[in-house]
Amino acid sequence: MSLETVWFCVVALFWLGYLFLEGFDFGVGMLLPILGRDDTERRVLVNTIGPVWDGNEVWLIVAGGAMFAAFPGWYASLFSGAYLPLLLVLLALIGRGVAFEYRGKVDSVRWRRTWDRVIVIGSWIPPLGVGLVLATTVLGLPLDAAGNRVGGPFEAVRWETLLGAVAVAGFSFVHGAAFLALKTEGELSTRAKGIAARALPVALLPLFALLVLVQWREGVGWTLVPLFAAVVAAVTAWTRLARGRDGQAFAALGVVIAGAAITLFGALYPDVLPSTVDAANSLTVDGVASSPYTLKVMTWVALFGAPAVLIYQGWTYWVFRKRIGTHHIPPVHAP
Amino acid sequence: MEVLELARWQFGITTVYHFLMVPLTIGLSVLVAGMQTAWVRTGDQRYYKMTKFWGKLLLVNFAMGVVTGIVQEFQFGMNWNAYSRFVGDVFGAPLAMEGLVAFFVESTFLGLWIFGWDRLPKKVHLACAWAFSLATVASAYFILAANSWMQHPVGVELVDGRPRMISIWAVLTNNTALAAIPHTIAGAFSVAAAFLVGIAAWHLWRKRKEADEHRAVWRSSLRLGAWTGVVAFAVLAITGDMQGKLMFEQQPMKMASAEALCHTEKPASFSIIAIGDVSGKNCEDVKTFNVPALLSFLAHNDFSTEVKGVEQLIGEYQAKYGTHYPDYPELGELAGKPIDYQPILPVTYWGFRIMIGFGALSAGAGVLALWLTRRGRIPDTKWFPRMALLGIATPFIANSAGWIFTEMGRQPFVVAPNPSGVDGVWMFTARAVSNLTTGEVWTSLIALTTLYAALGVVEVFLLRKYVRGGVDAVLPPKPEPDDDSDRDSGDTLAFAY
Repeated sequence: MSLETVWFCVVALFWLGYLFLEGFDFGVGMLLPILGRDDTERRVLVNTIGPVWDGNEVWLIVAGGAMFAAFPGWYASLFSGAYLPLLLVLLALIGRGVAFEYRGKVDSVRWRRTWDRVIVIGSWIPPLGVGLVLATTVLGLPLDAAGNRVGGPFEAVRWETLLGAVAVAGFSFVHGAAFLALKTEGELSTRAKGIAARALPVALLPLFALLVLVQWREGVGWTLVPLFAAVVAAVTAWTRLARGRDGQAFAALGVVIAGAAITLFGALYPDVLPSTVDAANSLTVDGVASSPYTLKVMTWVALFGAPAVLIYQGWTYWVFRKRIGTHHIPPVHAP
Repeated sequence: MEVLELARWQFGITTVYHFLMVPLTIGLSVLVAGMQTAWVRTGDQRYYKMTKFWGKLLLVNFAMGVVTGIVQEFQFGMNWNAYSRFVGDVFGAPLAMEGLVAFFVESTFLGLWIFGWDRLPKKVHLACAWAFSLATVASAYFILAANSWMQHPVGVELVDGRPRMISIWAVLTNNTALAAIPHTIAGAFSVAAAFLVGIAAWHLWRKRKEADEHRAVWRSSLRLGAWTGVVAFAVLAITGDMQGKLMFEQQPMKMASAEALCHTEKPASFSIIAIGDVSGKNCEDVKTFNVPALLSFLAHNDFSTEVKGVEQLIGEYQAKYGTHYPDYPELGELAGKPIDYQPILPVTYWGFRIMIGFGALSAGAGVLALWLTRRGRIPDTKWFPRMALLGIATPFIANSAGWIFTEMGRQPFVVAPNPSGVDGVWMFTARAVSNLTTGEVWTSLIALTTLYAALGVVEVFLLRKYVRGGVDAVLPPKPEPDDDSDRDSGDTLAFAY
């Protein structure tokens, strides 16, 4: 396999890591007003991801950085082409990150309610935006020969890419509910499980619609395998939830998103961003890759860096592995 | 305004804003890790309280640094796609390394530090503090290596009109970077130093007349801050001089612009301050107070070196890089227009002076603080805490001015040509910008500026609240003796959002 292809897989892997890890972070934020009936319960929910959300978010930054380093043309064309959706994602991520850190810093009901609202909005917009951008990269933009977007600011917003937006948001919702079932105690956990089980068939539907659409338009033979695996995993997750096995359900949802990411990126390859006006203008793995030297340097860095990240992030999850309940939450203490 | 101007304003605003949070994070996180080390080694409660208090302020600031940084990572591709395509082969590598090596460590170990006070053994918890504070320094290294490449491109060859990296080692050990990195890190420490001095001086003064159980906390913080500020300024002066000498060779236009030096001089005098218009169109109107031959010495360690003026350099640049922008449609209204090789002299001239002046002011405050607290003394004059509180702003101003000077001094280039580098490895800022509609860039400019302004107000409000709250507000609450609620103190989390 050529280094260009290896790096295509690495970029896909970073996006998968992001979708998996921030998927449940976003889900937790979406469920804040649904599951959290009082402030203590909402604090339980936020604190299930308290120590890890920032590290999870770095996967997005590194996915972007890896695209810049390995496929500058992909990074440049996609991010300038889907300008406004990406801007919305950034604004939402800014608000959400600050809200986590600031919500408990003042002892006032109004203060916390305001920041909770920011968390909820900041947890809905990014999965919608990321889903839209990912669907755009698979389904293409009208690109001219220089790789620049032809047409107005809303070329990235079409019914297919909106389907991608709903797909990632729907997955995040279920993933977050399954995560909360696993990370909380008692009644909260039971309610989370109930929501996950009830929401799953509806919430995952857009994701499978997107996968079928992509498979039908751009798919190759082998991408049917991960697509099929995702379907099986979704059914498994549903039955496991019904049986009360939240750990297995959460793992099965991980397989769903992995299968989905492999299908999407597998269908995209060897393009990285197809042109919808002229196939000759499509950006391809070989066409926009950095030089072999740069890819070699980056491969060494990733070879040492990525396993280390997996080890110490895994350790963090281990350190904070205990379920959290309302009785764990200390009283608010602010000046 | 055209997309180019809007995109430049946006990058300037978001970067200057980001760099208000960043130096405080870098300097304070290392100092807090040091405080915690002192506590773990001596068991002295004073250091524990220092760690808790300054650590809390660090976290309030860190959140804003993180979220404003995300914008930076994507802005290259969004607003500067032609630039990203041109330099991606070499510029993307340090950026991706920063993410893989530094950002992951920072974010993960900061989470462990915040939430791990009761979950981790003391020494492991301390190691987390060191991991994230050193990672903040490492991220500064990588991003400054990337920026320095734009100032002085090295380690590349030109293939198909684009720079292609041939040595990552050359990029990471660029002499421009090796001077810029200690200079920037020292600038970060001077921010943290002034922060410590200002807040500690205010607390000492506030309780000067009563017995204050936390007086030792504030005295140690004040002394630590003052020493840090003085040492940081020494590093700033030395590395600043190194940078000046590199600038003389690598970016002579930036050096001439720093001095608003219109005509080539030999020996060249250093202008301390100017009265009149320094914009360079009519040099004869400007009265400056000069130190003879000092600029020659700063440029080349020799009192008689010739330093080229703006007028001569414009001629040299026109001969080498053309007098007019090429007639490319993507250059918009600039296509075919004459190229202005002269940076905005009032900005570079005053930026340079504000940087040095405010930097020296903050170092002076450090020396003064050390003198006033010598041998166990506590200053009780009202003017000192007032000055110290105002002094918190000085290194922030110096840092911003320094960066504005550095970045605006290389215009009209986004990648400045390296005089001893490969021909053709340079790029005009006008060619770097994305093909966006003005509506798109107006939207992002207004949205980001508004959001940043609002969050800036919130951050200052919170910092002020926690500063006023003092040590008691950051220590875990003392359990009430007759508290028989269902909260079991051994079971609650040490920290929860």
